[in-house]
Amino acid sequence: MTASKLVISNLGKTFRGDRGDVVALSGVDLTLGENEFVSLVGTSGCGKSTLLSIVAGLESHDAGSVTIEGKPISSPGLDRGVVFQSYTLLPWLTTLGNVEFALLAAGKSRKEARDIARGHLSLVGLDGFADAFPSELSGGMKQRVAIARALSYRPNMLLMDEPFGALDALTRHHMQELLARIWEQHRLTVLFVTHDVEEAVYMSDRVAVMSNRPGRIKRIINIDLPRPRTYEMMGSLEFTRLQREVLAEIRAESIAIAALGDALA
Amino acid sequence: MPGESRQPRTPPARISSKRVPGGLFSLTASVGSRQFITIAVLVFVALGLAWWIVTKAGWVTPLFLPPPGKVMARLQELAVSGKLLDDMLISIYRISLGFLISTAFALPIGILIGSYRAWEAMIEPLVDFIRYMPVVAFVPLTILWTGTGDAQKFLIIFIGTFFQQVLLVMDNVKSVPRDFINLGRTLQMPESRILTRIILPSAMPGIWDSMRISLGWAWTWLVVAELVAATSGLGYRITTAQRFFQTDTIFGYLLLLGVLGLATDQAMKWGSRKLFRYLRQSR
Repeated sequence: MTASKLVISNLGKTFRGDRGDVVALSGVDLTLGENEFVSLVGTSGCGKSTLLSIVAGLESHDAGSVTIEGKPISSPGLDRGVVFQSYTLLPWLTTLGNVEFALLAAGKSRKEARDIARGHLSLVGLDGFADAFPSELSGGMKQRVAIARALSYRPNMLLMDEPFGALDALTRHHMQELLARIWEQHRLTVLFVTHDVEEAVYMSDRVAVMSNRPGRIKRIINIDLPRPRTYEMMGSLEFTRLQREVLAEIRAESIAIAALGDALA
Repeated sequence: MPGESRQPRTPPARISSKRVPGGLFSLTASVGSRQFITIAVLVFVALGLAWWIVTKAGWVTPLFLPPPGKVMARLQELAVSGKLLDDMLISIYRISLGFLISTAFALPIGILIGSYRAWEAMIEPLVDFIRYMPVVAFVPLTILWTGTGDAQKFLIIFIGTFFQQVLLVMDNVKSVPRDFINLGRTLQMPESRILTRIILPSAMPGIWDSMRISLGWAWTWLVVAELVAATSGLGYRITTAQRFFQTDTIFGYLLLLGVLGLATDQAMKWGSRKLFRYLRQSR
């Protein structure tokens, strides 16, 4: 692994509510190397999205630390691009306008913003849709705009929260290939939250499996598949073995939840 | 480059109302705009016809329900004398200004309490408290405070609409997706810019609709104010007509109010379609 980019150490997060406190994360340790692609997987409710929100600076934490290149983070920043599951395209702006919006916020001039936005739309294969409004786009196209927008202002880290979770299987595969291509050509550090094990193995250098509440990193599995990743690889024995290994770790967690449920019943 | 846009798009199946089980009156049946207008007009025609038949057959006393012909003749008479236009103009002036004043206060306050929970705690319960006080009960007070001039009409319209508008606008602002605000945060936009560049434009179509709905209520409160204390306006004419048992005038003016309301409502809907074109799915 090259130099550490993101260091999460002994991170803890407790949600305080009227009906008692919920310990969402406890003792989370995870380090991402420069230009590394790491997926976070786990059962639903294990706190993986919370962890990503904390790294994005959108959520506070109450124990431990998160540092990027040695500097602790406490608020959102343009050094981290975030892609949300819900697309979050602003409906009153065109495709081009949505990408420009981010660039203008990042302090680029109108002219610069236009040029960079056009370039990034073509990166995600949407050249012909610059003037389309989000209401005219399919889910996959919307998420491609969101990816173009998150990459456009050149963050040195990309945080993706189940970005393809709302897409149909076929579109999801297209998007995985597209993101893998872009990432392999323009490397940057990616933290990728998903509940799709196949997706995690296909995209990542390493897959971090989280345990149930309180969430912590249970195991990290290295994905030593060659790059560039191809669609055909998904059929290989090694791919299947890795997928099964990740799945077994998650399954153990699901069984633990079921057993706990029985015990409480 | 992979992309689902490359795949041949099958044209969306045309859903004909005839093919939907249950036809026009099934839950998901689509009704074209021409069909819609036809149905709407037919309902008006049917009601008019029923009115005409009921009065023609002599089933009700003309004093209770005058025949349509008599009402129209009366309206024409008032129009020729210029009274109709005068009444209409003064009422439109009052509602326009009253509604604008109310909106001018409701928008910023609604946006404020929809965006900041602390402001909501300060203002929302108070607004709810006043909202439940019957507007009509304020009429004597407003006369005492401001006399019987236009200011009293504005005040009644204000009391009747402002408190409702504030809550509607607050809800519009609250329904802005949290992720939109988070997007602004990840772009390191200052709070004030998130408010003006993300929250406001995002809430705008909803706010516009709230204004359309509250404009209808403003009409009601205007006429209430004019009925009680006025020397001009549509409501005033209705009160004078009542004194002389001129039910034809009352019916004529009620119809006129309905037409004015329908017209403003349609204008607002048209404005919404023009302003928020981007919301329409055209592909």
